[in-house]
This record gives sequence, structure tokens and C-alpha cells, in this order.
Amino acid sequence: MKILVCISDVPDTTTKIKFAGNKELDKAGIQWIINPWDELSLTRAIELKEAHPDKIENITVINVGTTASEPTIRKALAMGADNAIRVDSEPKEAYFVAAQLAEVIKSKQFDIVFTGLDSADYNGSTVGGMLAELLDMTSVSAVSGINIEDGKVIVSREIDGGTQKLDVQTPFIAVVQKGIAIDPRIPAMRGIMMARTKPLEVVAPANIDNLTEIVEYEMPQPKGKCRKFTEENVNELVDVLHKEAKLI
Amino acid sequence: MNFEFTEEQKMIQQAAKDFAERELLHDVIERDAKSEFPADRIKKLAELGFLGMMTDPKYDGGGMDTVSYVLAMEELSKIDSSVAVVMSVCNSLVNWGLETYGTEEQKEKYLKPLARGEKIGAFLLSEPEAGSDATKQRTTAEDKGDYYLVNGTKNWITNANCASTYLVIAQTNPEKGHKGINALIVDKNTPGITLGPHEDKMGMRSSDTHSVMFNDVKVPKANRIGEDGFGFNFAMKTLDGGRIGIASQALGIASGAFERALHYAKERKAFGTEIFNHQAIAFKLADMAVKIENARNLCLKAAWLKDTKQPYGIVSAMAKQYCADIAMEVTTEAVQIHGGYGYVKEYHVERLMREAKLTQIYEGTSEIQKIVISRSLLK
Repeated sequence: MKILVCISDVPDTTTKIKFAGNKELDKAGIQWIINPWDELSLTRAIELKEAHPDKIENITVINVGTTASEPTIRKALAMGADNAIRVDSEPKEAYFVAAQLAEVIKSKQFDIVFTGLDSADYNGSTVGGMLAELLDMTSVSAVSGINIEDGKVIVSREIDGGTQKLDVQTPFIAVVQKGIAIDPRIPAMRGIMMARTKPLEVVAPANIDNLTEIVEYEMPQPKGKCRKFTEENVNELVDVLHKEAKLI
Repeated sequence: MNFEFTEEQKMIQQAAKDFAERELLHDVIERDAKSEFPADRIKKLAELGFLGMMTDPKYDGGGMDTVSYVLAMEELSKIDSSVAVVMSVCNSLVNWGLETYGTEEQKEKYLKPLARGEKIGAFLLSEPEAGSDATKQRTTAEDKGDYYLVNGTKNWITNANCASTYLVIAQTNPEKGHKGINALIVDKNTPGITLGPHEDKMGMRSSDTHSVMFNDVKVPKANRIGEDGFGFNFAMKTLDGGRIGIASQALGIASGAFERALHYAKERKAFGTEIFNHQAIAFKLADMAVKIENARNLCLKAAWLKDTKQPYGIVSAMAKQYCADIAMEVTTEAVQIHGGYGYVKEYHVERLMREAKLTQIYEGTSEIQKIVISRSLLK
């Protein structure tokens, strides 16, 4: 069985986001990381390979990105992926990314394709679904667990009030969310040392148009000062709500 | 000059940071209070390869450079120096000593399991009456033909209980002074070895520190490191590298305390504004930042010299002395910035201050480092 884990290169989730103008992210000083869902997906894929070395022969990671995303890809290799593919293009929007991934997946055989529920940069939550449609593949959304039991791939999903377990025929796309792994795998020294020698294939992007274009980013208004009213000055509160906030 | 870290160095730094935050932070205060050694966490650290990170891959180590080691030591020490010191002793003293001066047979038998993290090592030099003056070893290693008979007591031994492999410095020919000293590899489970109780220390309370007593302990001749009488030289050479580890530990203690003080100063309000906006506090933080930057540069310079096979003993002594001394200063100011909160355990800085004190004492006091540095100025 071959596993593909799609990884996005995103700003660290504690980054204070700034924009250069209103259309471009200001990338100065940003630390880039593997998208957290993707990192957990990869962790689970590695756990599966360690538990079932006879069933899982290879874990590949794929990223649509420029050379700037290679440190992130190398980290994935240090964690335990066997090889990597980078589609050499700026990931402009969800359809573009999904279509680029689909082009690569069509030319190679994978049994399970992991994508994160969303990416920590734009939170679009659409690549996994689009990928399934473009490849005409089975997809399972909101995956919170995956196991191999008696040779079958058993996928868990969180549903209202409980958990659903599915026996899923490969190949399929698993769009993963919370629960897939507890903590991301910390790369071991040996993994870090070997990461540079593992294959990283760079492929040219397919000729694909963007379907959307970012028109503008708008930052939320800064929070106003908090004012405290006590039981003794309820009348003042009513006055403020009426005259200043114009809510009553 | 290139101050950029490589991708691998950044990855190791991040791995150590993730490990410390995920595995050590949540119970570090409790372990400190109970003097509890975190054997389970040391096992995980070993599995990740940190305990043998600098050993050559041909001896099953990670093959990482000293710069990576400094970065990892700093990150671990920001949160838990009791764990960081295990890594320091294993890498800088035991593994390095065996790799540099051991025979191939010794490396096969002892270094490889240490480098894989399957076993832990300890370095036994200090004695009740031989600390800074390490030439006055009272532990004897009497030459009995095929073996040495070891008798005596070693003090303040880090990893004494958890280690399987001891490197023991002992006197064989007292008439030759320090040139009669030998370094021996000793299995901890050899008959005649007993441990004193766990030391109840001021700081680094959960590190595994005991005295070790030797009573007619037989050690095969094949376990001697180097030629007869090489032991003192071996210990001094090994401690040159050990200083880089403890300097990085002190740096981590200082930067950990600084980060907490800076965060607190931006949140805590007094006289109508965050205390960072009071110059008395802002200048303290500025002074702390400068000291930490200097300390980091000294550690990395010493590491770079070692990695590029240049003499590093003097700069490592400078790094050890400076980092330990500023760790004491920075942690004291971090407690001051926290005010009353700094004096209670919940805010970590009082613990970091207690930990800082030890870095001025062990693996060569600050005063001994100044002897090393000043003597080099005469040459």
C-alpha cells in the first residue's frame, strides 16, 4: 500500500499577520511550518507504517510550492516520509492547488491520499473535496482515525453524538481533522540526518488557470476599550447603550 | 562571517523546543519539588537520538555538529536543566571521551550502546576532597597485573544511578602526581560499587546526583582509556568540551528566564500601564537581552572552533564562565521583574535562578575558568 500526504507550507499559527498593501501577505519574519492537520496526517501515516510494515511500503509527501517551502518538505522527510514531490509553483488558490495535485496523482499510484481539513493560512477547506472530484475518487471527510484491521482500512469519523466507522476500499482520499494523531511526530536525529539524502522530486506545474483571485484583505477593527458598569450605575449603562452604541 | 544556521540545525533546535514544551514543561515544577528523576522522559529523549547526537554515525550516533548541540541544549535548559544535564554528560563527557580516546574494542562494547541511547553514561571525577583541584585524586586504581583494584569515593556524580557505564578517574601511581592518574571504563553493576542517597540539592533537584563508593572493585586492564597515566590529561581534555555543554545550559536558563520576564512585563500593569513601559524595567530587560546575545555568541564561537578542529579550550572556558555568571544575573533580575510572583514556584523563575547557581559551580567553577583564561593570557 502506498500513502500520499499532501502538505501545505503555512505561517506558524502564532504569527501576527500583517499585509503589504491590501492584497499581499507581508512575509517578513514569518516562520513557516507544516500545516498542523497535514503534520498530524503524516504522523498517523508513519504510525501505520511502523505498525504494519508488511502492508505499507511507502509514504510520499507532496507540496505545491516554490523552493521556499523546501525546509518544510525536509522536515516531513525528517519525520519519516520516504520521499517527496514538489510541484514548482506558488500555491495561489484552492482549485489551482487541487488541480496540480490531481495531475501528479493521476500519473502515480497511491492507495490512501491524506489531505488536512483545512490549511492554517486561508482556511478554505476545499482542496480535499476538489481533489476527489477531479480524480473521481472516493473521499471520506472529517476523518478522525484510521487503522488497518484484518487487512481492511477502517476509517473513523466524528458525527453528531458519536463516531462512525467505515470499511473503505482503496484508493481513497481521507480529509482529516482532530483526533487523527495525538501529537505531531518530533523528528529524531537520525531522521534529520537522513532527510537531505531522501529523494525530493521537483515537477513542473501543469498549465492550470486560477478560478478565483484575491481582491482585498481586510483586517478586523481594533477592539475598543472595555468599560465596566456595576449594579450601582445601571442607569449610566442604559444611557450609553442608547446614546453612544445606539442599540436601544 | 555567516551567522545563518543550516536547515538541519534549525530542525534540531525546533525538535528540542517541541520536546521540552510537550514532554517536560507540564510537570517540571512538581518534579523539582519532589526531586524526581524523569526516567520515562530520558528514555524518549534517548529514542530521539539526543543522548548520542554528536557521536559519529559509524558508532551509531547522530553525527551532528557542536553548533546543533548548543542549540538543543539551550532549548531544553529553558525549561528543564535536570534533563538537559543528562544530555550534556552523555554527549560532551562520556561519548566524546570514548570516541576520541577509546580503542575500537571499547567503542564497540561501550560507545555504541551509549550513542544509540540504550545506555547512559556518567563521568566520575569529583571527590569529597578533590573538586577544583582535580590533581588530588584519593580514589585509587591499584595495578594488579590483569586488572585494577579501585577503592575510594566520588562525589556529586550526575547520572550516578541511571547510568550503566562509568568513566572513573583514579590514582594509580601517587608518586607521579597527576601523571599517575588513569581513566577507567567501569560497569556500574561491578561488585563493590555502592551509591549514597540521592542528593537533596538547591537546584536541578530532579537530576540523578549521588556519591559513588568503590570497595575493592576489579576493573579489567582492557578498560583503561589511553596509555598508563593518561587519566588526568583525559579528564582535562574532556572537560574542555564539557564546558560548551554547561555554557549552553546556562545560556538556556538565562534565555528561559528572560522570555518569561519579558512576557510578564508586557502583561503586568502598575501605575496605569504595563510595567515594560517603566524605564526601570525596560532597561533591565535591555541589559538582560545584551548579556544573552553575548552569551549565545560565545557558546556558538566555542562550538564553531570545535567543529572546525581549531583549539577551543580557552573560548569554551570563557563561554562557561560568562554564561554561568550572566545566568545568575539574568535569573535574579527575572525574579525581580516578577516581584512577589517571582518568589513563588508557579512562575518558574525562582527555579531557574536556583538552577543558574549550579552552572557557576559544576564542571569547573567560574573561578577555575578564570584561572584557565588568565593563564592563557601569559602565553
